[in-house]
Amino acid sequence: MSTEYAVSWSPDQPIIDIRGLHKSFGSFEVLKGIDLSVHQGEVICIIGPSGSGKSTLIRTINGLTPINKGEIFVEGQLITGPKVDKLALRRKVGMVFQQYNLFPHRTVLDNVMMAPRLVLKEPKAEVRERARALLAKVRLAEKEDHFPGELSGGQQQRVAIARSLCMRPDMMLFDEVTAALDPETVKEVLNTIKELATEGMTCVLVTHEMGFAREIADRVIFTDGGRIVEMGPPAQIFSDPQDTRTKEFLSQVL
Amino acid sequence: MTKVSTVPRPNSLVSILAGAALLLAALAVGVITVSQVAQGPADSSLNVLRRWCPFILQGFMLNILMSVIAMILATISGVVLGFMQISHLAIVRQPARFVTHVFRNSPWLVILFAIMLMVPFEITLPYFGLVMIPGWVKATIGFTLPVMANIAEILRGAVASIPTGQWESAESLAFSRMQTMRHVILPQCVRRMLPSWMNWFALLTLMTPIAAILGVNEALGNTQAAMEAAGSSPDLLIPFYLFLMCIFFIFIYPVSVWTKRLERRFSTT
Repeated sequence: MSTEYAVSWSPDQPIIDIRGLHKSFGSFEVLKGIDLSVHQGEVICIIGPSGSGKSTLIRTINGLTPINKGEIFVEGQLITGPKVDKLALRRKVGMVFQQYNLFPHRTVLDNVMMAPRLVLKEPKAEVRERARALLAKVRLAEKEDHFPGELSGGQQQRVAIARSLCMRPDMMLFDEVTAALDPETVKEVLNTIKELATEGMTCVLVTHEMGFAREIADRVIFTDGGRIVEMGPPAQIFSDPQDTRTKEFLSQVL
Repeated sequence: MTKVSTVPRPNSLVSILAGAALLLAALAVGVITVSQVAQGPADSSLNVLRRWCPFILQGFMLNILMSVIAMILATISGVVLGFMQISHLAIVRQPARFVTHVFRNSPWLVILFAIMLMVPFEITLPYFGLVMIPGWVKATIGFTLPVMANIAEILRGAVASIPTGQWESAESLAFSRMQTMRHVILPQCVRRMLPSWMNWFALLTLMTPIAAILGVNEALGNTQAAMEAAGSSPDLLIPFYLFLMCIFFIFIYPVSVWTKRLERRFSTT
């Protein structure tokens, strides 16, 4: 076991610290040694060709995907050991998925309220107030009694963001959250994320929206073949990429 | 999710009426034909049927009782068995799979005979002393086992049919496995399971007359006894068996219509 952080984590240390991360599915190695530190309030966009391990990488941060080698620290706590309290970790790390994954049998408001009620055991009135405020924030206040199936993809995705935020996470993970959306609803979701980023929420996004990444990211990470190929501020990555693979990828998507 | 049909659809109501009418007509024709043929000095077969009707219906009550009790037991044990099948522990999962496969793939009659012969006809209970186990109780146990195995399989299938995204989003909201199961997965399973569950209830009820083979005094056994008591005239066969079919039909047909309606509703949401 390498260096552990002091028990009390302070905000000047990385909020997410990934060291030498390896992950294989069977004999296929998806991640071949990833090192990445994210500081509080940072907005990180991960880009790269499909199959480069972007989604796998982001899913290791809240323990959805177990890893084979390496270490991940979240707020100074090692989260990749054998006896890790995954539930405690997930209270700190919110996650939004490509397919929204709202609970279809519960109303929008219930979807947002469920986790704080069940997991944090917070009083109903308090949670309801917070849930309504969050729905207003994602501009869906009038939809609280609807079921997810009655909403558009973009609306469902904004509910999913509100649902995650209702747990008051310290950081948010977004896994290609606009990839399944109709083009006209992409913008409303991106605006919601932008607002969140502006408010200082630590965000790690896997995205194909290059314009969006350039606009909001503090750092852009280009991955290919299970490795971080290049990393830097958006201006540098998009305007002056150094690696040939980055250049090639960007010439294809831009 | 959306309220697709809160009012009964007219076509299903029509089909209930049509089905019932068709059967009653068949019954009437049968009875009239038979009674015309049998116009002798003796009773008409219709009168014989009328006289024995309460006896047959009394037997039918036992069919309903057996099917309802078996369904309750099968649901409880089937849900437990189904959960065991999806356990993460192999020591729980493997025996449950085995039991499920055994009872799903055995003929009902064989299970029934096995239970009939293996369960003693009387047992000694503390405080109660010697207690007789009536045949219908044994038959009910025999009906429970195959239905239990099928309900276990329905539950397992329903849980497996819930998209993994539901598990993942619940997990990433810090739900425990139990909380995910109870608040996210199961409520969605109930909707998916209901039509098959009702289907099995209908099937089970229709299978209960095989208990007659084992001497249980249910509707079929009583019908045969009644015909024998009335002199075993061949003229009695059609009205008596038609009557028997009729009472099962009247009980089961609404269940199957309702099942169809639920299936349609769930397939559109």
